Amino acid sequence: MRPSAVRLLHILVPVKRAVDYAVKIRVNPDQTGIDLNVKHSMNPFDEIAVEEAVRIRERLKDAVKSIKVVTIGPPKSAETLRTALAMGADSAIHVELPESTPSPEPLGVAKTLKAIIERQKEGVDIVIMGKQAIDDDAGQTGQMLAGLMGWAQATFASKVVVDAEKKVAHITREIDGGLEELRCKLPVVVTTDLRLNEPRYASLPNIMKAKKKPTEKLTPADLGVDLTHRLETIKVTEPPKRVGGAKVENVDQLLAKLKEAGFTTRRA
Amino acid sequence: MLRARTSTLSRTLIRSYATATSPHALVFLEHYQGELDSASLSAITAATLLGGRVTGLIVGGLDQVPAVLEKAKKVKGLDTLLHAASPQYTTPLPETVTPLLEKLLSDNSPFTHVVSAHSSSAKSILPRVAARLNVPAVSDITSVEHDAPSNSTTFTRPIYAGNAISTVRAPSSIPIKFFTVRSTAFSAAISGDLEAEAKALGPVEVADSPSEHINTLLTKSDRPDLGVANRVVSGGRALKNAETFQATLYPLADALGAAVGASRAAVDAGYADNSLQVGQTGKVVAPELYMALGISGAIQHLAGMKDSKLIVAVNKDPDAPIFQVADVGLVADLFEVVPEMVEKLKQSE
Repeated sequence: MRPSAVRLLHILVPVKRAVDYAVKIRVNPDQTGIDLNVKHSMNPFDEIAVEEAVRIRERLKDAVKSIKVVTIGPPKSAETLRTALAMGADSAIHVELPESTPSPEPLGVAKTLKAIIERQKEGVDIVIMGKQAIDDDAGQTGQMLAGLMGWAQATFASKVVVDAEKKVAHITREIDGGLEELRCKLPVVVTTDLRLNEPRYASLPNIMKAKKKPTEKLTPADLGVDLTHRLETIKVTEPPKRVGGAKVENVDQLLAKLKEAGFTTRRA
Repeated sequence: MLRARTSTLSRTLIRSYATATSPHALVFLEHYQGELDSASLSAITAATLLGGRVTGLIVGGLDQVPAVLEKAKKVKGLDTLLHAASPQYTTPLPETVTPLLEKLLSDNSPFTHVVSAHSSSAKSILPRVAARLNVPAVSDITSVEHDAPSNSTTFTRPIYAGNAISTVRAPSSIPIKFFTVRSTAFSAAISGDLEAEAKALGPVEVADSPSEHINTLLTKSDRPDLGVANRVVSGGRALKNAETFQATLYPLADALGAAVGASRAAVDAGYADNSLQVGQTGKVVAPELYMALGISGAIQHLAGMKDSKLIVAVNKDPDAPIFQVADVGLVADLFEVVPEMVEKLKQSE
């Protein structure tokens, strides 16, 4: 399993198709979920992951042999893969789920990714993925994958420096209250924070080229994984509505309101 | 190696729960400089709501554990405290802590739930442990209810940046239910007179950890910690640059005894440190008073502050979405208004 010293690096980037971050979502009337008939795009943290993979190759040049993107989702997720290919990934794997299948739980995704990694003849050295999907906000998949593989993990990365010779990655993580630096042996699972980079836009020629890049289609059955949900979603509801209060005219009125609510000055 | 445990795991998982079991939660407690994190205290409160026994777990360096243990013993709600000390746990990494948790939760473990704060450290560790035990995890819960007869636990948690609330049930088929707790949704457990029984655990040394801790850089501040502050003064892109951010917001924060927060725009533009970011991808706060200054109120920002008691917004744009959630709004230039506020607050002191 461990890469030998002369091997070149292979990067795997899992991406998710999610409701676009700018969409104001609406809970459906039967409270089973949200209205999904809205604009979707690649999970923003995953865009950062794709960008970082491409940048690692730009820095290390030939030391990176391949960048493969993978998604698990309905047929429409192919768009998300094409976006990633247009940003610079070489090839894609689409684990296709029937339309309207609920997106699998993080543990199911992690098991699927593990099965995919084990199928890669040349192995995988770095998995880069978003720290969380902005739809379910779980933030678990990367850690679960690292756990299943027994690999190093570096979550919430804001800086990644890969030393291809030594097969280590120096990673700066965003933690509560500051930053932390780690040295991780490859293979490693990295999850991206927003600060890691600014994803590029795919240019039109690259979008055209992406159409020619290979996509392998698989099913969960091909990989021998069961994506049945183990947690039951009972219902999805609107959060309690907050009603905006009155506007005030000036600072005195504002301070009077504060005083009314009991906020005068610094508390002892 | 880490993998050696698979056989014992599968045995744990086929263990059946034919009879109703009383819940027994293991709470992963975090600490800093000899004090329990207040978010961990909220996790204890959430664990007590399960209605069964609650055991705390303290993992730390040899010189860290004794001090925090003394304080943790007195926390109400904890029946037992387990503690493991090792130089490897001084700056705990998921790779070094997971084997300890895995061992504790395998081999006829009495625990039915594993609970922690939704902190950056626990968020990194718990899913890794859950995966190794082949169980799912529930993140960032805002309510919890356990049904002992059916051995199922029901949670609510925000999804889509807090724009929907999902109610999920972990059924009895999940032998150990992992969840992380949104600390602003639960009050912090307080100290009492009784002392929890403490038991030392042998550390599980990881001989060849794939990761190594190099360095930690914490942002130092005299102001209250953002995550637990009762008052937060927060600035956005309108603050122009780091100098005006500090010069404008800090005097007001100091006058109010408030913590300073920032929108993502302000953080991305370099006006404020990352650790000050409030929102879906930053901290979630629910203070008594939240003052949003020059913040438009994007969905992602609202996700991090809309449970605040009183929201005050100052913005030049009368149509800024922040005014839809603000209890008190003032349409004005914050560079004029904020100094005036500071001045008047000082006079009334």
